[in-house]
Amino acid sequence: MTQTRINKKAVSEKYSELYKEKRSLLDEGSSPLLNRMRDVSMKRFEQVGVPGFKNEDYKYTNLERVFGKEYRHVLAYETVDVDLNEVFQCDVPQLDTYTVLLINGWYYARNLQLEGLPEGVVAGSLKQISNEQPELLENYLNRQAALSNDPLVALNTAFAKDGFFLYVPEGVKLEKPIQVINLTRGQEATFSTQRNLIITGAKTEAKVIFCDHTLSSIDCLGNNVTEVFVGDGAVVDVYTIQNQNNKSNSVNSSFFKVGEKSNLLSGVACLHGGLIRNNLVVSLDGEHSEAGVFGMSFTDKRQHVDNFTNILHNKANCLSNQLYKNVLDEDSVGAFTGRIHVARDAQKTNAFQRNNNVLLTDTAKMNTKPQLIIDADDVKCSHGATVGQIDLDALFYMRARGINENDARMMLMNAFAHEVVQEIRVEALRDRIDELVEKRLKGELAKCHSCDIN
Amino acid sequence: MEEQDKILHEVTSKEYEFGFSSDFDMDTIPKGLNEDVIRVISAKKEEPEFMLNFRLEAFRKWQKMTMPDWAYLKIPPIDFQEIIYYAAPKKKPQYESLDEIDPDLLETFNKLGIPLEEQKILSGVAVDAVIDSVSVKTTFKETLAEKGIIFCSFSEAVKEHPDLIQKYLGMSVPVTDNFFAALNSAVFSDGSFCYIPKGVKCPMELSTYFRINASGTGQFERTLIIADDDSQVSYLEGCTAPMRDENQLHAAVVEIIALDRANVKYSTVQNWYPGDKNGKGGVYNFVTKRGICRGESSKISWTQVETGSAVTWKYPSCILMGDNSVGEFNSVALTNNYQQADTGTKMIHIGKNTKSTIISKGISAGKSDNAYRGLVKVMPGASNARNFSQCDSLLLGSNCGAHTFPYIEVANKSSIIEHEATTSKIGEDQIFYCNQRGISTEDAIGMIVNGYAKEVLNKLPMEFAVEAQKLLQISLEGSVG
Repeated sequence: MTQTRINKKAVSEKYSELYKEKRSLLDEGSSPLLNRMRDVSMKRFEQVGVPGFKNEDYKYTNLERVFGKEYRHVLAYETVDVDLNEVFQCDVPQLDTYTVLLINGWYYARNLQLEGLPEGVVAGSLKQISNEQPELLENYLNRQAALSNDPLVALNTAFAKDGFFLYVPEGVKLEKPIQVINLTRGQEATFSTQRNLIITGAKTEAKVIFCDHTLSSIDCLGNNVTEVFVGDGAVVDVYTIQNQNNKSNSVNSSFFKVGEKSNLLSGVACLHGGLIRNNLVVSLDGEHSEAGVFGMSFTDKRQHVDNFTNILHNKANCLSNQLYKNVLDEDSVGAFTGRIHVARDAQKTNAFQRNNNVLLTDTAKMNTKPQLIIDADDVKCSHGATVGQIDLDALFYMRARGINENDARMMLMNAFAHEVVQEIRVEALRDRIDELVEKRLKGELAKCHSCDIN
Repeated sequence: MEEQDKILHEVTSKEYEFGFSSDFDMDTIPKGLNEDVIRVISAKKEEPEFMLNFRLEAFRKWQKMTMPDWAYLKIPPIDFQEIIYYAAPKKKPQYESLDEIDPDLLETFNKLGIPLEEQKILSGVAVDAVIDSVSVKTTFKETLAEKGIIFCSFSEAVKEHPDLIQKYLGMSVPVTDNFFAALNSAVFSDGSFCYIPKGVKCPMELSTYFRINASGTGQFERTLIIADDDSQVSYLEGCTAPMRDENQLHAAVVEIIALDRANVKYSTVQNWYPGDKNGKGGVYNFVTKRGICRGESSKISWTQVETGSAVTWKYPSCILMGDNSVGEFNSVALTNNYQQADTGTKMIHIGKNTKSTIISKGISAGKSDNAYRGLVKVMPGASNARNFSQCDSLLLGSNCGAHTFPYIEVANKSSIIEHEATTSKIGEDQIFYCNQRGISTEDAIGMIVNGYAKEVLNKLPMEFAVEAQKLLQISLEGSVG
């Protein structure tokens, strides 16, 4: 008991010391917009420290162990000895996207020029744009993250120097999705801090796909924050595909602030990874908006996936729909916490949530914690959670028709996952994920093959 | 001694300002809590040494604990040193018949609608009436004794059946379990004890009426029910409290132990004083209730109707240890005005083929907050565990809140766990339909709420079901319009 407490303190102090030591390096080259938030945020982090089991929101994920390891911190851009554009080619067929690469949380310096972006759209490095056009970010940067009580979000704000930035001005529709490929690469254990900011104006349309990959089989820890502002009447999709090595750890906190009459879709597919924790906060701050929040994970070995969602219905007449599915094999552990919070006077809210899980072994573990906090009366809210196996009746039905047990199981699992996959609004991506899921379930290496270089 | 008597006199002669209270003599000790107070309580109750050690151990653990703050409740800080930890009716002569009982006391019972005489004759329910913690009169004891059933006050059991107490006390709620359980273990005054021997089916519903009576006295009840192999019992607990304008603390512990193939049904109607319309006063109810299905094929079923208390913190739980054991939880929790409730259950599946069902119906009105919090945990060895949970919330009015916090932790692939929760309000079309047929809005809401809660009310024993229905209606008065 006392030992863990000492550890906890030591873990948090490690980051405080690092902060003090690297204070000037953190400010170097960064925009004042980023620098002015550092000290306050670090204080906020220090108040709570790295969350342990006792923290109700992190009850099912032990981060002290992960944050306690020794890492090399990437606090300045490091030149890469190979051309990542050649090394990494996403092989999703027919997926025509604007592609940008980030390496260890930094915008890759030799990114190919994004061609054909509509006029006024700004996409690129957060570091560069915050220095060159601070007026674009001023009213947005850290506006959502600062409201969070999460110490790890504060830690990100204290250390963040770069990440992906996207600005879509009013009325502009992006025809192709923007694909942001986050790569982790190095010789030794690496800690990266990435900060993304996406701002879409009124009546815009944008799709962003984040792909997380590891290029080296090293221990790594990413503490990433993404803030998304969805303008009035905008239609925004944000997909995250996590396909990392078994030693990787990542904590991703995403914030979505949704305006009036807009439509947001957030999808997370955890195909592979060591420890993944996804925090997702959606604030429905305008009336008549819709948010779809979907996620799935496939875990085996000693993997750990924890999805935490918080949907805040702050205004009336909004709809939110959450669906999370997990398939757990071998010794893996899954967790889901989904919160729907309907504020007082957010009448006529419709909020639904479902979490279905399949356990394949007796050593796999699933913890689920769906929550409803409702402070308005004229609402329709529901949540459902199940943990079980695949339907034995369905299995029998298929076997009776001559399908062997393995194939039948595979088909049922595919169907189980497809319910989430079908929500994806980019066709090529949808097909690709279906394919990856199938490969994953067959036990084949489900990584995109371009990541196999190491 | 004289000094102490003087203090006692001062404390006991306090007059009540609100509600109705019986002014028979109370035997109290000074307020505050320390080891000496615990020794005094234990000595006053003439307890054997193992009880004193049990209390002291609990107290030492309690001192190191802090009050839990994870519940969805806003509770003003409680000063545990401002509470009198022991109060008992001072004179305790032995009664042969009801005529000898203090007429004041009888009057109180009548006001509460518990006519002992009538119940004795008509309903066939044995009533162990508890006034401020010490049993005054136990009826039907002889009838039960014939079957070998022990049903008596806790302090009597400590004296007469110390072996049973020593063996089972703290088995399902250990002293260190939580803050309030530890507090109760340290200072509990009295309660009920029930032992059903092997193969015996209890011929009547056992019931206890609790009542908070002395001003500023926390009531710390302790109930222990042991159902031996192949036995069966249905236990009823009902609570009423008089009007009182200061918050009162109630931290009870109920333990149930079910051995092989035993079946225990525990029903509660809780109607402590909820405070007035402005949220002033009311009882703080922090209860730890837990049953443990130790034997194979045993069953524990909790049914509760919660309408009272300013603050309710209560999670009747089942530990399903024996193979094929069954746990049930049926609850209706109604909050009105400024009441707050955070209630639910825990089902811990340890044995094979264990089953649990959770039905929770929350109703919030006025400016109240009503939360369901429950845990379903399946251990790796609990193959074929099955759980079904359903938590519905009904909102009456736009200033109240309904919240659901289920926890599901599964570590076994052959188990099937289902949970669903919905939140809704009474449809305007439903009210309109009733209005059209000449039913006033208030009556219509009462009807709809009763219909909504029927699934749970049906599980209550007959007498309670009627009472509970009335209670729901009364509790909702003034919440419409």
